[in-house]
Amino acid sequence: MTTESIKWFWYASPQTFFPLAGRIARVCAVLAPIFTVAGLYVGFFVAPTDAQQGEAYRIIFIHVPAAWMSMLIYLVMAFWAAVGLAMNTRVSFMMIRALAPTGALFTFIALWTGAFWGRPTWGTYWVWGDTRLMTELILLFLYFGVMALQASIDDRRRADRAGAVLAIVGVVNIPIIYYSVKWWNTLHQGASVSFTKAPSMAVTMFTGMILMALAFWMYSIAVAMVRVRCEIMENP
Amino acid sequence: MSEFFAMGGYAFYVWGSYAVTFALLGIEVFLLMKRKRETKT
Repeated sequence: MTTESIKWFWYASPQTFFPLAGRIARVCAVLAPIFTVAGLYVGFFVAPTDAQQGEAYRIIFIHVPAAWMSMLIYLVMAFWAAVGLAMNTRVSFMMIRALAPTGALFTFIALWTGAFWGRPTWGTYWVWGDTRLMTELILLFLYFGVMALQASIDDRRRADRAGAVLAIVGVVNIPIIYYSVKWWNTLHQGASVSFTKAPSMAVTMFTGMILMALAFWMYSIAVAMVRVRCEIMENP
Repeated sequence: MSEFFAMGGYAFYVWGSYAVTFALLGIEVFLLMKRKRETKT
């Protein structure tokens, strides 16, 4: 066994992970407001007015990063669920509990800002049956489901395992959200940014979006690390 | 300045999005700090 792999198992113990989580939280808590200020500055003062949507498009700087976070946090949560079920490591299950509330929050923010963007551009806050909107709503219910399942089972080990199984089953929803705009006709526009082609927007708009995405990343990591420390303290 | 806050007539939608987002993030941080104090981490 290499020293690297020993290190990973070393941090699988709550007692050794605790100080590391604290250091990560402190660094990210400093970076989050810096990226937020930079992102808002670029988003509101540098990025130009959109030719078609006017100023309404500026919702993009929170809508898209929040939607990315909602999916990414779910993937990370499902990853720890799989690790927890396979290795039976306590910190993995604590990570699910630490991530779920923040994931649900960003999912709600993506839905809320989407509604506030939809009203001026599509003429409606919400469309029942639209696949992009429905799958994102299902994501919110999956987060609630994982948290409710954990809270409703008294035996903590069984609660953790039940929550982890639901988190893993729900992962199937993530690619459906991501590709819904391609697979079905929806009011929602296609991806402005993808892995395969250059972004179809002004460079400054793209920069503002990426800065806000980094801000949300730092925020999420900081909050999750503080919450996992609380979990460790409350469950010695 | 007032032109900036008017957001070209979209003030309600733009600021409605940003206000709710930052309010919710603020509430999460507040609740977490409260929990942190109570667990003395």
